[in-house]
Amino acid sequence: MFPAPVANATAPTRIAYKVALPVSLLVWLLPLIGVMVTSIRPASDLAMGNYFGVPSSFELSNYLSVFQSTPMGLFIMNSFKVTIPTVIGAIALSCLTGYALATYRFKANLWLFFMFVAGNFVPFQILMVPVRDLTLKMGLYDTVTGLVLFHVAFQTGFCTLFMRNFIKALPSELIEAARVEGVSEFRIFWYVVLPLMRPAIAALSVLIFTFIWNDFFWATVLVQGTHAMPVTGGIISLNGQWVAQWHLVSAGSVVAAMPPVIMFFLMQKHFIAGLTLGATKG
Amino acid sequence: MFNFSKAAAGGFAAIFLMGSCAYAAGDLIINLDQTDPAPKKAFEDIVSGFSKENPDVNVIVNTMHKEGYKTSIRNFLTADAPDLAAWYAGNRMAPFVNAGLFEDVTDLWEEHGLNEQLKSAAASMTMHGKKWGVPYTYYQWGIYYRKDIFKEQGIAVPTNWDELVAASAKLKEAGITPFTIGTKALWPTGGWFDYMNLRVNGYEFHMDLTAGKVPYTDPRVKATFDKWSELVKPGYYNKNHPALDWQDAVPNLVQGKAAMYLMGNFAVDVFKNGGLKEEQIGFMQFPQITPGIPMAEDAPTDTIHIPAKARNKEDARKFLAYMARADVQTATNITLGQLPVNSGAERPEERILQQGFDMLSNAYALAQFYDRDAPAEMAKAGMEGFQEFMVKPERADAILKRLEKIRSRVYK
Amino acid sequence: MSQQVAASASPQSGGTFSSGEEVRTRTSKWIANQRRLAPWLFLMPGALMFLVYVIAPIAQSITISFYDWDGIGTKAFIGIENYIELWDDEAFYTSLYNNLLWLVLYMLAVPAGLLIAIFLNQTVTGIRIYKSLFFFPFVISQIVVGLIFSWFYAPNFGLFTKLLEFLGFEGIAILADERFVTYGIIAAGLWPQIAYCMILYLTGLNNVSPDQIEAARLDGAKGWKMLWYVILPQLRPATFIAVVVTIIGALRSFDLVSIMTSGGPYGSSRVLSYYMYEQALSEYGFRMGYGASIAVVLFAIMMVFITLFIVRMLKDERGSY
Repeated sequence: MFPAPVANATAPTRIAYKVALPVSLLVWLLPLIGVMVTSIRPASDLAMGNYFGVPSSFELSNYLSVFQSTPMGLFIMNSFKVTIPTVIGAIALSCLTGYALATYRFKANLWLFFMFVAGNFVPFQILMVPVRDLTLKMGLYDTVTGLVLFHVAFQTGFCTLFMRNFIKALPSELIEAARVEGVSEFRIFWYVVLPLMRPAIAALSVLIFTFIWNDFFWATVLVQGTHAMPVTGGIISLNGQWVAQWHLVSAGSVVAAMPPVIMFFLMQKHFIAGLTLGATKG
Repeated sequence: MFNFSKAAAGGFAAIFLMGSCAYAAGDLIINLDQTDPAPKKAFEDIVSGFSKENPDVNVIVNTMHKEGYKTSIRNFLTADAPDLAAWYAGNRMAPFVNAGLFEDVTDLWEEHGLNEQLKSAAASMTMHGKKWGVPYTYYQWGIYYRKDIFKEQGIAVPTNWDELVAASAKLKEAGITPFTIGTKALWPTGGWFDYMNLRVNGYEFHMDLTAGKVPYTDPRVKATFDKWSELVKPGYYNKNHPALDWQDAVPNLVQGKAAMYLMGNFAVDVFKNGGLKEEQIGFMQFPQITPGIPMAEDAPTDTIHIPAKARNKEDARKFLAYMARADVQTATNITLGQLPVNSGAERPEERILQQGFDMLSNAYALAQFYDRDAPAEMAKAGMEGFQEFMVKPERADAILKRLEKIRSRVYK
Repeated sequence: MSQQVAASASPQSGGTFSSGEEVRTRTSKWIANQRRLAPWLFLMPGALMFLVYVIAPIAQSITISFYDWDGIGTKAFIGIENYIELWDDEAFYTSLYNNLLWLVLYMLAVPAGLLIAIFLNQTVTGIRIYKSLFFFPFVISQIVVGLIFSWFYAPNFGLFTKLLEFLGFEGIAILADERFVTYGIIAAGLWPQIAYCMILYLTGLNNVSPDQIEAARLDGAKGWKMLWYVILPQLRPATFIAVVVTIIGALRSFDLVSIMTSGGPYGSSRVLSYYMYEQALSEYGFRMGYGASIAVVLFAIMMVFITLFIVRMLKDERGSY
C-alpha cells in the first residue's frame, strides 16, 4: 500500500493525520458549507451584513418559498422527465451496440467503435446549430422529447465505449459455448450476455443520470419555456430574479443539486466503478 | 428477433410518452419578460380584468427572466409561437418585423382609434407604413439622488455639467461615491452613453450614430468620451461595477455609500423596497453639457405584439385592444410606477412620476435607448466598449477604433 | 472465427436421411448469415441515432461556417469570409488565449488530484466518508458550482474578499477585474475536476501491486522516490484517463463562464465555446455562420487531442487482438 499506512506510524503522526483530515475537508468544502449555511439564513441576516456568523435563526422557510413562489417543483419534475428516459434509452441502445462491437469481428468494427468514441469527445458547439435546427424541424423544439432524443443519441457514444469494453472483458467461452449449441444470436445476447451486464448497467445508469441532470448547455439551446425547462436552466432564470437574495439562490442551488447527490450516496460503489473504468487497466 | 424489437420499443416508448404540453383552442398564451414584483402584479391585474370581460378566454401567462427572454424570443417566434409577446418599440423590433414574425395590427389601431390615443408612440410602432404592436407603458430616465445627502453636504441640484462635476468632487471628498452603477448586464452603460452623447452632440447626431451613419472614430464621439472621462478618471463611480447587476448597485444608494444613480424609473420601486423613504429620493433631469443643444431624453417604450405564427389571433386582438384602453393603461401604470402611453389616461399622481411626465412632455425628442436604437450586434459591442471605458478610460481611442470596425460590418 | 463456429455447429453431417441433411444445411446457412447480419442489426438503432445527432451535424456545421445566416432568413454563401473575419477579430483571440489558459491551468487538477488521493489512501476509521465528501464537488452541477463561486467571490461581502481583508489585503472583485477573472473561473472549475482526478487515482492506488512496493521498500525506496519510480508508472492508466478528461473539460468550459461572468467584464473571460454561443444564439447575436466558424476552430483543436487518443487506443486494440 502506498503511502505507508499511518496506523504503523508514530503516535504524533497518527494524531496529526487525524486532525488534518477534518481540517482539510473543511477547507475543501468551505464554499459549499458557506452556501448551505446561507440557505437557512433569514433575509434580515444578509441585510444586516451577517454573512458568515451563526444564522440568527434557522429558516427552512427559504426552501419553502423557493417551492412556493417559483416553478422549482416543475423544473425538478422536468429534469426527471429528461433524465430517466435518457438513461433508459442510452443504455438500451448501447447494450446492443456494445455487444455488437465486442463480440463480432468485421471490417468496420474498429472504425465504428472509434466513431462512437471520437463523437463522444467533440465540443458541443460544433453540434449546436444543426441539432437545434433539426429539433425545430421535427417540431420538438422546446419540448422534453427533443432534449431526450439528443441526449440519448449523444450519450450512446460514451455508453458504447463503456459497454463494449465491459463485454470484451467477459469470458468469451460463454458465448462460444452457446453458439456451439446453436443458440440464436439474439438469444445469446438476451440470455447469456445481458444478465452478466448488470453491474455495467447499474454503473452507467448512475453516471448518465448525473451527467444529464447536470446538463445546462443543451437545456438552454433546445428549451426556452418554463414548461419544459430542466432545473439547471431553471435555476439560472431564478438567479436573474433573485439578484442579491443570496439566501434564496443558495436554497435553490441546494435543491437543484440534491437528486444527483442522493443518487451518488446511494449508489456510490456503482458510480465510482463507472467513473473509473479504465483507470486501472489500459 | 421478436424479443429484441420489444425491448427496443420499450425504450423508445418511454421516450415518446413524455410529450410536450398541448394547449386547447380557447387558450390565450402570453409570453412576458416581467419578473419583478410590480410589473408582475400589473400584468396579473390586466389578465384578471380581461378575463372578467372575456370569461370564455383562458389566459395562460409564461413569465421569463428579462435577460433570458431577449434570447428566447427569437426562438419562440420562429418555433413555438405564443399568441402575444412582450417586446420593445423602435429599432429593436425591426428584425422581427422584417422577418415577418410580427402580425400587422394596423386595422386594430384604426378600429379602436389608437392613432389618436397612442399618438405619442405611433412613430416608434410604425415600420413600412404599418403598425406592429401596441405600446402600454413608457418611463423616464434620469438621475435619482439622495435628497438628504445633498442637503447634508450643502449641494444644490446641478443644472449643468460643471455643477455636476463639482458636486461629484464634493461628495467624493466627503467619502461618498457620487454615482452607483452595476454594469454586469452591460445595458446600464448604455444609459450613460446615451445621455453623454445626447447632451454633448444632440439628438440628431445620436440618432445618426445609432443608425450607423456616423463612424465611431468621428471626433464628436471622442468629445463625448472626453467629457465622460471627467467622471470616470477621478473615480466618481463605484469600484467593481462590472461584477454587479443593477439591483446589486442599489444598496450603495440605500446605505448612503453613494448619492446618485442614473437609471430608469422602474428603479424607484427597488429603492423603496431596499428601505429608502419617499422623501429621501430626488429626481433630476440629466444636466446640460453643451449649451444651446436642445434637451432630448431616453424614454423606452414597452410594447406587446402578436406573433405571425400565433394560433389564437382573434382573442389576441381583443387583448391588445383591452391593453390599449385609457382606463386599463391608467391602472396598469399606477401599479408599474410608469407612464401610460394613451393620451386619455389619467396623469400620474406620484411625485417623481409627475416630474418625469413633465420632463418628457417638454423634451425636444425621445430616444428609446442605446440597445433599442442600435441594432443588437452593434449594441452589444458598443456597451461592452462603454463598460471597458468605465474601467480603463485611457483605452478610449482603441475602443472607438474597435467599435468602428464593427460598425462598418454591421451596417453593411 | 464465425466460419469456424459455423463449421463446428454441424459436425460430421454424414446422415442417411436426405431431408434431415437439407434442413441442417439450411440451418447452418441461416446461422452463418445470421452471424454476418446480427452485428448490423444490433448496431443499427444506436448508430443511426448517433449519425443523425452527432456525426452529420459536424459536417453540417462545417458547411454552415461558409454561409452568412441569421437563423431566420435565407442562407447566403460567402466562402471563407467568416474565417477571414475571425482572423481579424480581437474577441476571437481573447477567447483563444483564455482557452489556452484553461488547458494549461486545468492540468493542475491531475497532480492536485493525485496529492489528495495519496493523502486519503489510508485505512483509518471513517476514511470512506472522507473520500466521498472530498469527491462531492464533482457530483454537483457546474451551474451550482458557478453560483457557489460567484457568491464566494462577491465583492464587499464574499468569503474570498473577507479572507483577503482578514489577511490584511484589499479585497479584489475577482470577477470584475480583467486581470483575474479567467483565473477565478478556472479555480472554480478546478474544484470538481480535482475531485474527479482524485477518485481516478484512489482507484488506481488501490490496484498498485503490494509486492512491488514491498520490494522497493526493501531496496530502500521511500517517499518521493517511491512515488516517482514505483507508484507513478503503475498509475499510468489512471493518469492517462485523468489527462484526457481534464483536456475535454477544459475545452468544454461553457457553463461556468456563462453563469459567473457571461464572458465579462467586456469580454475578457470569454472562451471559444462561450463566444460561439454568444455569436450564434444570444440576445445580441444571431450569426449562425460566424458562430459555426468559431465552433469549427474549437473542433479542430479538440480533433488534435481526439486523434492522439484514438491512435493510442488503436495501439492497445491492435495489441490485444
